[in-house]
Amino acid sequence: MNLLDILLLIPAAGALITLALPGDNPGLVRKFALFVSLVVFLFSLGLIGPVRANPAAYSFETNVPWIESPAIRYHVGVDGLSLWLVILSTFLTPICVLVSWRHIEDRVKEFHAFLLFLLFGVIGVFVALDLFLFFVFWEVSLVPMYFLIGIWGHDRRIYAAVKFFLYTMAGSALMLAAMIWIFNRAGTFDLPLLVDMLKTGQLRFTAQEAQWLFLAFFLAFAIKVPLFPLHTWLPDAHGEAPTAGSVMLASVLLKLGTYGLVRVSLPLFPDAARNNAGWIIALAIAGIIYGALVAMVQPNMKRLVAYSSVSHLGFVVLGIFTFTQAGLDGAVYQMLNHGISTGALFILVGLLYERRHSLEIADYGGVGSVAPWLSTMFVITSLASVGLPMLNNFVGEFLVLLGAAQTKLLYAVLAGTGVIFSAVYMLWLVQRAFYGPAPEAVRHHVTDMNGREWALVMPLIVMMVWMGVGPQTFLPPVSQQSRQTLEMVLEKPAPQKSAQEVAHAR
Amino acid sequence: MPVSFIPTPQELLRFSPEILLSVVATALMLAEAVMKPGSRTKLAATAFAALAAAIALSAAAAADSGPAFSNLLVVDGFSTFFRILVCAAGMLVVLISSNYLKREGHESGEYYALVLFSIAGQCLMASANELIMLFIGLECSSIATYVLAGYLRDDRRNNEAALKYFLLGSFAAAFFLYGISWLWGAAGTTYLTEIRRLLLDPSAGINATVVSAAAALLLVGLAFKVSAAPFQMWAPDVYQGAPAPVAAFLSVGPKAAAFAMFLRILMTVFAPVGAKWEPVLWTVALATMIIGNFAALWQTNVKRLLAYSSIAHAGYVTVALTAMSDAGAAAAMFYLAAYALMNIGAFAVVTHVAGQGERHVELADLAGLSRRSPAMAAILSVFLLSLTGVPLTAGFFGKFYIFKAALDADLVWLAVLGLLNSAVAAYYYLRIIVVMYMHEPSQGLPELPAAAPGIRWALAASAAGTFVLGVAPSLVLDYAVASAPLLR
Repeated sequence: MNLLDILLLIPAAGALITLALPGDNPGLVRKFALFVSLVVFLFSLGLIGPVRANPAAYSFETNVPWIESPAIRYHVGVDGLSLWLVILSTFLTPICVLVSWRHIEDRVKEFHAFLLFLLFGVIGVFVALDLFLFFVFWEVSLVPMYFLIGIWGHDRRIYAAVKFFLYTMAGSALMLAAMIWIFNRAGTFDLPLLVDMLKTGQLRFTAQEAQWLFLAFFLAFAIKVPLFPLHTWLPDAHGEAPTAGSVMLASVLLKLGTYGLVRVSLPLFPDAARNNAGWIIALAIAGIIYGALVAMVQPNMKRLVAYSSVSHLGFVVLGIFTFTQAGLDGAVYQMLNHGISTGALFILVGLLYERRHSLEIADYGGVGSVAPWLSTMFVITSLASVGLPMLNNFVGEFLVLLGAAQTKLLYAVLAGTGVIFSAVYMLWLVQRAFYGPAPEAVRHHVTDMNGREWALVMPLIVMMVWMGVGPQTFLPPVSQQSRQTLEMVLEKPAPQKSAQEVAHAR
Repeated sequence: MPVSFIPTPQELLRFSPEILLSVVATALMLAEAVMKPGSRTKLAATAFAALAAAIALSAAAAADSGPAFSNLLVVDGFSTFFRILVCAAGMLVVLISSNYLKREGHESGEYYALVLFSIAGQCLMASANELIMLFIGLECSSIATYVLAGYLRDDRRNNEAALKYFLLGSFAAAFFLYGISWLWGAAGTTYLTEIRRLLLDPSAGINATVVSAAAALLLVGLAFKVSAAPFQMWAPDVYQGAPAPVAAFLSVGPKAAAFAMFLRILMTVFAPVGAKWEPVLWTVALATMIIGNFAALWQTNVKRLLAYSSIAHAGYVTVALTAMSDAGAAAAMFYLAAYALMNIGAFAVVTHVAGQGERHVELADLAGLSRRSPAMAAILSVFLLSLTGVPLTAGFFGKFYIFKAALDADLVWLAVLGLLNSAVAAYYYLRIIVVMYMHEPSQGLPELPAAAPGIRWALAASAAGTFVLGVAPSLVLDYAVASAPLLR
């Protein structure tokens, strides 16, 4: 059992132990959950060294049979692509526990158990190297999130939770069918093995087959991302979830979709990915602009941030399907950036909600005069989200736009408008909520940040600056891994391949 | 073959589970007359022990498998699997029944006797190798369940359920019997393997039209028994009206045995004409899934909702049958085992929550169950998630194997539509979870008493089974895979 297995085991065990704690002592439950999540975070840092040393290969691999027939293996490992995503998840979980410290007072035990179980699920998705295992974790991560939204959310939580669950279920149904199809063709679910078999030509999909399989996977991933026009579940789920739920949903769960695109879709169906890139990029750009425009007119802060996610995730998808080094690097980096900055935005909005008990922008104003530190943090986070140089999003967006421009200048121009729009909606939000005269209610209820709140916001701010100023800490493993992915996608088709394909079609 | 009317000890061993169950059932009815009124819990204990012993005998008989009584019966891996399955399901049902009957003031020996007779019939259905034997098993199982469905004589819902079940059920049985007679007319024999041999032999000159007509008639009877469309109409009314533990029993035991029969007939007799069956089964499977799932969306009564869900699950199993392969048969066997655990579990919670006279079986009565009884709500959620097909539960692997078998057999559209159907199903299972966890308890609901030990044991066993099969499906699947090819 290596470090990675332990990383999966601790949250799962932690969730079970949390359930067994006495229900009348919420303080103990919170402390225990914080302890477990911090331990997981510290352990996850241990992944960095070995993976950075060799990011293109899988480190901490475990490969043991789980089920004999059909051959399903417990095969996990981390490489440069999954490393930071795992750490992002473990980094945000203690913050989610802290942010819920006062906010969650009902059924505290269950809340933290679900949160830890969610961590188990998402780490599992990021490290699974067996398609079946990937699917299992994919579905498993759905259940705790459903309860987090449905039990602890805002007024329309039930509608939002059910919508979230059903959208994902419908998408993953086809993904499962596609996985079984692949297994029937190849006799294995093992992802690295499948990639090898495709490379050596032991396994070949006909063009039509690859197209259908690609679409089946793509639908599941696109719903999760969410790619315009499949995004309609997201504003509801984000808007209604409790703060910790919104943070996990935006920062981690959405990445499952984009991660799946890079991990599964590109290596397994390179040709289909290239053939479909046109309309996918079109949808991504439509999402960037549409999300930004809709965010502009949202009266509700959480929904505004939610729509901004649609826009930001559009950048990620755009970067992936440019098939350029810069684009793919930027896409992966942007996944992390979005996790940090949007997570921080949801947390800060959550802090405002705890004070004023409203998410309507119209109920605020002049917060800057009564809570200067809170406002400062919010402004920094907004600027990061907008893509100000020296802060994290700038690096990712720049790389994505560079990659897009290398493919076709028009893509970069269109997507670039999204950056401008994002400045409009974020700064307008800041202006309306934090400047101007403060209404009575704001003056009475909004206080500045306390020690716990500093403790949970500061790490995020530090990360925004660090990732903005020193991308060299994070990017090298990502780029090495994405270079490898690109080689697979852009590999020139072998000459005999077309002849074989014709033979196969007959 | 040498005809001897004196059974050998070996034959008796192969038939011993049925013998034991029938003897104990008869003894239970007689014992009740001489029993002191206070000691009636012994009846349940005896029935439970008899079923456990029947499992042991089935396992013992399997060690020395082969035919019995001039090939009328056959003990093979397949029949052993289903014998153990129905007996284990019976044990769980006995566990949930004992407290229920006490609560309703109807504790008596005949209830358990009927359960045992019915299970004896189901064991026979699983092991019969000849059409008349199959029919005897079917009737033995059915007649007992007709009575069970109306067990609470003074309850009008029970009466209605029993009458409906009896009238429609005997009608379907008549179809089945008529199908047997046609088949006999065409082939001149009622032995399954013999008919198969004749069908495979072109020189035998079997009239294909007559065989098709016989197949259609048999299909009507079988589809009725497994509640497959278009013969599913009885199920919601009967499950809703019957006592909750009986509904649990009906949805699992007779259904599993009927599928065992269905599989055996399909895989032996009609395998040579399988291509003709495929479009019919394809349509039946899809229609059953769609009718079950979409009708369940609108239900407000939990028992009725579970009835439609059980129709949908019959549809999934029919998908496995449509594949007409060993993998399909094994998938169906695994699914039925998984389904038995999760469905009896769900009905056990309903039995407990319904309260005396089953007054609280509406969805609204489950509101806020997570506050009134967190353990019950949590465990029902587990069963519902398993019925939905969420990983790490038995239901997920059940669906996985079924749709894998379908894709193996190139039934791509059926598999895709089936998987989408299971996404639809998520909605109504989630609705129950929503009500339990996200609604506040409605006013005026009585305090929930602590669950009786029987219910608790049944819940613990089925929840544990649901998880174990969700993590280590090979425990059951390997056996199913090994025994499915023996069908021929």
